[in-house]
Amino acid sequence: MINRFVLRLFLAAMALFLSAPLVVVAGVSFNEKKSLSFPPEGFSLDWYAQIFTEDSWRQALFNSLGVAIGASSLSVIIAFPLAWFLWRFHAPWARIVQVLGLAPFILPPVITALGFLSFWTTAGAYGQPWTVVISHGIFFVTLPLVTLTLGFEAVDDSLVEAAATMGADDRTILRTIILPLILPYIISGMAFAFVLSLNEYIVAYMAVGFTVETLPIKIFNSLRYGYTPTMASVTVLFVAVAIVVFGLIARFGDLPRLLGAWRHDEDS
Amino acid sequence: MSGLVFDSIVKKFGDFTAVHETSLTIPQGKFVCLLGPSGCGKTTLLRMIAGLEDPTTGRILLEGNDVTRIPTHQRDFGMVFQNLALFPHLSVGENIAYPLRIRGGSKADCFKAVKRLLDLVQLPDMADRPVARLSGGQKQRVAIARALALEPKLFLLDEPLSALDAKLRESMQIELKQLQQKLGITTIVVTHDQREAMTMADLVVVMSQGKVHQVAPPVEIYRKPKDAFVADFIGSTNLISGRVSAAGKIAVAGGTLLADDLPKSGDVTLSVRPENIRLTKENGENSLGTLTGDVSYIRDLGASIEFYLNVAGQQITAITTPSDRPDVVAGDSVSVAFPKDACVVLGDA
Amino acid sequence: MKIKPGKFSDYAAIGFPAGMLTVFFVIPFGIMIAMSFFQRVQGAFYEPAFVFENYARFLSTFFAGILGFSVGLAALVAVVSVLLAFPFTYILTRMARQTQVVWLVFLLSVLSLSEVLIGFGWSTLLSRTAGITNLLVSLGIMDKPMSLSPSFGAVMTGMVYQTFPYTVLVLYPALSRLDPSLVEAARTLGSGPARSFLNVVVPALRNSIVSTLIMVFVFALGCYLLPQLLGKPSHWTLSVLITDQAIYQSNMPFAAAMAVFLVLVSLSLVAISLLYGKKENAG
Repeated sequence: MINRFVLRLFLAAMALFLSAPLVVVAGVSFNEKKSLSFPPEGFSLDWYAQIFTEDSWRQALFNSLGVAIGASSLSVIIAFPLAWFLWRFHAPWARIVQVLGLAPFILPPVITALGFLSFWTTAGAYGQPWTVVISHGIFFVTLPLVTLTLGFEAVDDSLVEAAATMGADDRTILRTIILPLILPYIISGMAFAFVLSLNEYIVAYMAVGFTVETLPIKIFNSLRYGYTPTMASVTVLFVAVAIVVFGLIARFGDLPRLLGAWRHDEDS
Repeated sequence: MSGLVFDSIVKKFGDFTAVHETSLTIPQGKFVCLLGPSGCGKTTLLRMIAGLEDPTTGRILLEGNDVTRIPTHQRDFGMVFQNLALFPHLSVGENIAYPLRIRGGSKADCFKAVKRLLDLVQLPDMADRPVARLSGGQKQRVAIARALALEPKLFLLDEPLSALDAKLRESMQIELKQLQQKLGITTIVVTHDQREAMTMADLVVVMSQGKVHQVAPPVEIYRKPKDAFVADFIGSTNLISGRVSAAGKIAVAGGTLLADDLPKSGDVTLSVRPENIRLTKENGENSLGTLTGDVSYIRDLGASIEFYLNVAGQQITAITTPSDRPDVVAGDSVSVAFPKDACVVLGDA
Repeated sequence: MKIKPGKFSDYAAIGFPAGMLTVFFVIPFGIMIAMSFFQRVQGAFYEPAFVFENYARFLSTFFAGILGFSVGLAALVAVVSVLLAFPFTYILTRMARQTQVVWLVFLLSVLSLSEVLIGFGWSTLLSRTAGITNLLVSLGIMDKPMSLSPSFGAVMTGMVYQTFPYTVLVLYPALSRLDPSLVEAARTLGSGPARSFLNVVVPALRNSIVSTLIMVFVFALGCYLLPQLLGKPSHWTLSVLITDQAIYQSNMPFAAAMAVFLVLVSLSLVAISLLYGKKENAG
């Protein structure tokens, strides 16, 4: 059927479009010599090894990982009580705090970045490594806030009521029922924030760009002075991390539901 | 001390009144069914007992103590929810032990209690099963066991059997009744299924539109319904209106019927159960309590036979056993006898 | 069973996130707004003042040109992205769940890619030595490889690449909730799959499409590196200019004024898109 063929062609074209730069970068990363050529000339994994062996790349990797772990934890710590409060209590004014939590992600990132730059300089903390952790923690609070809101909505009211009839107070219910049930949502919210923090450039650059090099900052700085294949290997590494993390979320959670689809095969 | 008492309870949700002013006593150790169509306020009443809803006005007393404002988790009532509300992240044993564990019960105590409760609901050796791998009936039993773990003062069940298929539901009804008799615990079940209420209850509370219509044992509810709603909701019935013509006599369309407990005069409505109506082949005689009708349709169900009759313009349904079946076919005339003790005079709904 | 918060500990739960967001989001925002009225000092950074000269600079033709280009580019990117993503998302939501998940993982991975990496990837793909032209040469279509970037086409391609997964994910909820019987009904009435898509699906989601266009427009407006990495200086956008002024020209007050302006544009557009979304939910 011609329609089916056109459909397939369209999907294949989009797949090609989305993967083409990644394929070329992956190919370049296997070059034997320090040249930007594709298809690769020779085969070598040296440029992957270099991420871990060359001091400046390794340092950038550790910086990025540290920032991402700290920031994603912080974003969950901020989002959790907020999402819990919104779920547990009837308080229309709390919506304002919710909007504040969603705003950083909707506004152009340059604005948030510039806000942090003016804040940290005014506060006299400009360039301190921990400022980027807080900046990213706030910037990405939207992600766990969204997943946790979904998670709380998915908790059946009757489970909470049942626990109450058995003698559990609010705190006990939170610890023994809610927390175990929304753990997958906590983890996926944190994972989203982790991957995005790893990749984030502009907020990190404006907060600590001159004192701490994260991998995206390091790559951008290197781009200005020419090319090294290590950029390509780092890119491949990042794509791999993202695929693994999102793949794990999909494996152990319900990715379509997290992204807003309703389940048609809901069993109650 | 007199069990559970509702003292002038009213529950409003905004402008909507879910439960109109209700005063009611539920005696200690009885099995009580709150029965009514959906939206009649029976679940709201149950949730107020559990403390899951606050009454708008009025008090709830248990053994003389006011419990109206005591939070749910301090009431120590066992409750089974309509969807059972088993914790999906806990095993069968952990579900049952939950109320003990959050009170700091030791592992050994919990283990003993789980074993005892699983034996009680006839599910031995199931403690380690995840709840997702249970059948509907097994989930039911686990929910019951969990609600009984604390030996509660009150056992509350909200439509507990509605998810089960008809056959399993019937056997669970009997089991639940036997369990209650064994434990002697005051039990309140919300249901919309009148057969379920008839099977289990010592006392049935019939409700509709936020009002209690009648509180009585099942047989009395069936034989002596207080008003047209109860008569119609519990089983099927024929409602016949008429006017008191003399002591014990009611003039209805097509003749005169007899009944006890009649008012001195005025309009009345009678309820006559289909199985109490006697049919005989028309023989031309017409005595008191007997009317003449035409058979419009016969439905033979094997064990019983339903006759749809037109009696002086009114639709009447009668049920006979095969041995009592009159020798008539659709279109024939029949004598329709309404025995005096089968004619129940209804009050205003 | 929502209740009104009463105890101190109830308020403590929201106090922490509210405090964090106030200190680290609202206050920085306020400082930025204040800074947009500050005076720049040559040789130093800036000093507190209350002047409108940073905003007055908007009135120059240079700035008007940049603004016009930024808005035009973002609009074009948004239109192209939605044109590609809408049929794509429709097909995606009709696939088996397992296939959907694979695509979603891939789309999320691309979406999470840093602009730095996207810029690097496309500049490699469009380069003379490793680029797509080498493929065309080996196929005999071109004589010798050439560089395709920097160019306007390269900026467009890179930005559509960045916005496409975002667009799909914005459209995904609405399209996956679309009642399949709507299309089936059209099919039983004899319209072909393409016709029923155009006549039934597109009109049913008209408001979603408009609000998505605006969301993607705002997203593209925020793109801060691709015009710099894949384009010539004439292709720079407002976001690039803000970064440039703040970091390299050390003109914080002017950068802040431009950022405030960008916020106003974005917020009003987001508000419009929310309004549109509401209408569809209500209808």
